[in-house]
Amino acid sequence: MIPPSFDYIRCHTVDEALAALARHGGDAKILAGGHSLVPVLKMRLNDPAVLVDLGGVSELVGVEDRGAELYVGAMTTYQDAIASALVQAYCPVLAQAAETVGDPQVRHRGTIGGGLAHADPAGDLGAVAVALRCDMVIAGPAGERRVSADDFFVDYFETEVEEDELLVGLVVPKPQALAGAWYEKFNRAAHMWSIVGVCAAVERAEGRVVSARVALTNMASTPVRATATERALVGLDASNVSAATELADRGTNPTSDANAQADYRRHLARVLTHRAVVKAMQGPLESTAGEPW
Amino acid sequence: MSDVELSLSVNGEAWSGAVPARLLLVHLLRDEVGLTGTNVGCDTSNCGACTVLMNGQSVKSCTVLAVQADGSALTTIEGVAADGADLHPVQAAFRDKHALQCGYCTPGMVMSSLDLLRRCPQPTERQVRTGLEGNTCRCTGYETIVEAVLSAAKTMTSPTQGMDRT
Repeated sequence: MIPPSFDYIRCHTVDEALAALARHGGDAKILAGGHSLVPVLKMRLNDPAVLVDLGGVSELVGVEDRGAELYVGAMTTYQDAIASALVQAYCPVLAQAAETVGDPQVRHRGTIGGGLAHADPAGDLGAVAVALRCDMVIAGPAGERRVSADDFFVDYFETEVEEDELLVGLVVPKPQALAGAWYEKFNRAAHMWSIVGVCAAVERAEGRVVSARVALTNMASTPVRATATERALVGLDASNVSAATELADRGTNPTSDANAQADYRRHLARVLTHRAVVKAMQGPLESTAGEPW
Repeated sequence: MSDVELSLSVNGEAWSGAVPARLLLVHLLRDEVGLTGTNVGCDTSNCGACTVLMNGQSVKSCTVLAVQADGSALTTIEGVAADGADLHPVQAAFRDKHALQCGYCTPGMVMSSLDLLRRCPQPTERQVRTGLEGNTCRCTGYETIVEAVLSAAKTMTSPTQGMDRT
């Protein structure tokens, strides 16, 4: 399969990329790692006149410690995020979820920002960003703005990023000492997309839940929170969360497709939420830094 | 739609030229550079038959535009054996363990195995299976492929063989 023809602009700075977007706007597509866009082009699902390649924009690569927050540059690959000592130390669930994306080859090229901006409802890191209360940093003609992950995703393959804007980074708040988080995913074969995924982030005191955030992958057109479960979890201990996790599919709107009927997705959401919450309540995820995967 | 200037290295040799922006890396390697050992399998980034190393990391060359590889160092199956050697230890292990049936997936399997052994020189069986999750063998010859990678790991980390890895 051969992509349609397009003009190609190789950028070295965010400013160059924004200038290209200002000129070409809706005719342009942004190329990050290309592991969503290149298949889209090969299948002729999109026909952009111009590709704006961020591959040479080094300022968008890497993870920084910014005090109470981590900043993950949009062009950081999944593999680099997994290997980051900062990610391992402060939000290991991001690495744990990133390891479930695709396969080694895909994780070498696919980027955190590219996946989030593509906004496939089966993409894994959207739910992680929502559960961890992350913000997205969007650059545009008027400078940078921050949008919460809750507000970032608009619909299937649609985000808050406007045609003349660029997702430049992900801001991850460092968790509280007693917070734990886990991503649980179900798919048919090792490298396939999620049929359903769940990210649970739970803060505890004296063994009981103080607050919880539970976000679901592929249970609607965007990542959605299981708010009924979140509320019901407060005050519970780890031995007794079933009544709360049974509510996980409330308010969701899953599709039926070749992989699963909607009612099966609802079942998976409840089961996976239970597993994710129990794992999250086992405490802060131990760092696996140093292990290859 | 003017062509884009590109310069990179393939198996240690410099290559430069102007290519259409839409050209896929696998087609650059096969049709422009003339190295046909890298196969196109599924053409949908699932099967891994097209795997090559880009700056040392495994990538699926059917899902990378050639222009994205500008300035990079590529290694294909033709470039894995040391100078003067017929086969890389991973290739030799695939032969010894009969780790191929039709052989179509083999170049990609070998390239992914090199990446796996770079990150994890002495993998467990489970790590081999996980590390090769991006490569499909439609003959389903996985048992001997896993055996071959474990055998190659042993050879490559034995003191007499040194650590000769691409």
